[in-house]
Amino acid sequence: MTEAKMIVQHNALHQGAGRFYRSLQKSIDKLTREPLGMLGFAVLALLILVAIFAPWIAPYSPITQNLPQALQPPSWTHLAGTDEFGRDILSRLIYGARITIQTVLSVTVIVGPVGLIIGVVAGFAGGRTDAILMRATDIVLSFPSLILALAFAAALGAGLGTAIIAISLTGWPPIARLARAEALIVRNTDYVAAARLYGASPLRLLFLYIAPMCIPSVVVRLTMNMAGIILTAAALGFLGLGAQPPSPEWGAMISSGRKFMIDNWWVAVMPGIAILLTSLAFNLVGDALRDLLDPRHARS
Amino acid sequence: MIEVENLEVAFGKGGNLKQVVKAVSFSVARGESLGIVGESGCGKSTVLRSLAGLDRHWTGRISLNRQSVDKNRTIEQLLLAQMVFQDPYGSIHPRHRIERVLAEPVRAMKKGGGWDRVPKALERVGLPAGFAERFPHELSGGQRQRVAIARALVLEPQILLLDEPTSALDVSVQAEVLNLLSDLREQQGLTYVLVSHDLSVIAHMCDRALVMKDGVFVDELDRADLQAGRTHAEYSAVLFQSSFL
Repeated sequence: MTEAKMIVQHNALHQGAGRFYRSLQKSIDKLTREPLGMLGFAVLALLILVAIFAPWIAPYSPITQNLPQALQPPSWTHLAGTDEFGRDILSRLIYGARITIQTVLSVTVIVGPVGLIIGVVAGFAGGRTDAILMRATDIVLSFPSLILALAFAAALGAGLGTAIIAISLTGWPPIARLARAEALIVRNTDYVAAARLYGASPLRLLFLYIAPMCIPSVVVRLTMNMAGIILTAAALGFLGLGAQPPSPEWGAMISSGRKFMIDNWWVAVMPGIAILLTSLAFNLVGDALRDLLDPRHARS
Repeated sequence: MIEVENLEVAFGKGGNLKQVVKAVSFSVARGESLGIVGESGCGKSTVLRSLAGLDRHWTGRISLNRQSVDKNRTIEQLLLAQMVFQDPYGSIHPRHRIERVLAEPVRAMKKGGGWDRVPKALERVGLPAGFAERFPHELSGGQRQRVAIARALVLEPQILLLDEPTSALDVSVQAEVLNLLSDLREQQGLTYVLVSHDLSVIAHMCDRALVMKDGVFVDELDRADLQAGRTHAEYSAVLFQSSFL
């Protein structure tokens, strides 16, 4: 490679970085005008940090039992109290953040691309392809996700992996419908007509013209979905079909705390608060992202 | 350059069949600028879209540059004619930077990277090279229409199909864009087919105009006719009266 070429390439790289930095700054600027969205992002950032650094943050082991200390109310030694085996609830919540993040991310990574591609292809191709894909979507949409998860757990054995697969299986249809609706609008625009005139292939139209227009609303929808995923995962855990004991899954923690609810409220309430705050944060972030990514929803 | 024989376009099926264009024939010489004028819904845009290859419901014969073209165009046939759309706010991809908008035709045709053609394309339509970095929403309507014209010309077609290229623009900007189009035609020897409902635009731009009503041509006006306001049919007289009040 000649030197001149390298310089050009370097400049292009530099330019790209500058652009990225500028648009990032613009987004942050917009975000500062949304205090609630900021709060949501802050809570999520905190949650992710906690999940990453769990072994260093947690004051006690999440699984070692300490029976003499069982069912202690919240105090300075055990900030969130202890459960029926004397395990520190705060430490369990901190380790549980890992499971929650893992579930949410896995489901999103599966559901997002699958929903987007099915929806965009259906909307763009139309006709028979559209009919087949959308009827399939309708069929899956009519399954309650919890029931399907129950069936799956029965068939494959309970566990976090099964829960993730079950939630993903029923999670993609809303995304696909959304992407299809957007693709239907975009495929009739003049810029797609112009692209057809200069010979853009169907795949090019699909991935470079139509999909980019659908991604923002899909991202927003996915973020909103994350709150629902947490709740479904917690519900599965509560029913004993998610992560298995002694792993500190939040839903399973509520389930085991149920037995002591009247006398020892903290055992069930503390994980409840964690679930509440996390899903609230995801909803706030989803709302803020919609304002950031979708100019049509700009607040005046 | 363009020859059209018995072009018919119909939408719908069975009892709902609607004949939009009824057996029209016309031809455009190389370097000529033909105007098609008429009210909204008379079928003039449909004729243009059939010429471009966007509408595939037509029957009849269309030939571009002496070769007959099919409903599904080959790359070489697409290269002959490009189109500029009416609404510059809807005809440019909102998430592509201008450089990408201008490089994309070359890339889609698999004729190289296309990025090196961007500065020249911008210069041709009188826009500064710095605009390459911008997004369409950072441009005014007139500037966007210039970008759309630049995009149509990047592939160096011989025919430019213009679908009401100025009707979405401000009056002061309309003149600029029309003058740009006239200059480009002179410089590059392009052949234009311009569709408009505005007779003054047609009179300014075209050597010859066809008046369309309900899917057929009712009148043909040459340059002298357009300037003198002479008409050969009742309908075009009405059209003239209403546009030059």
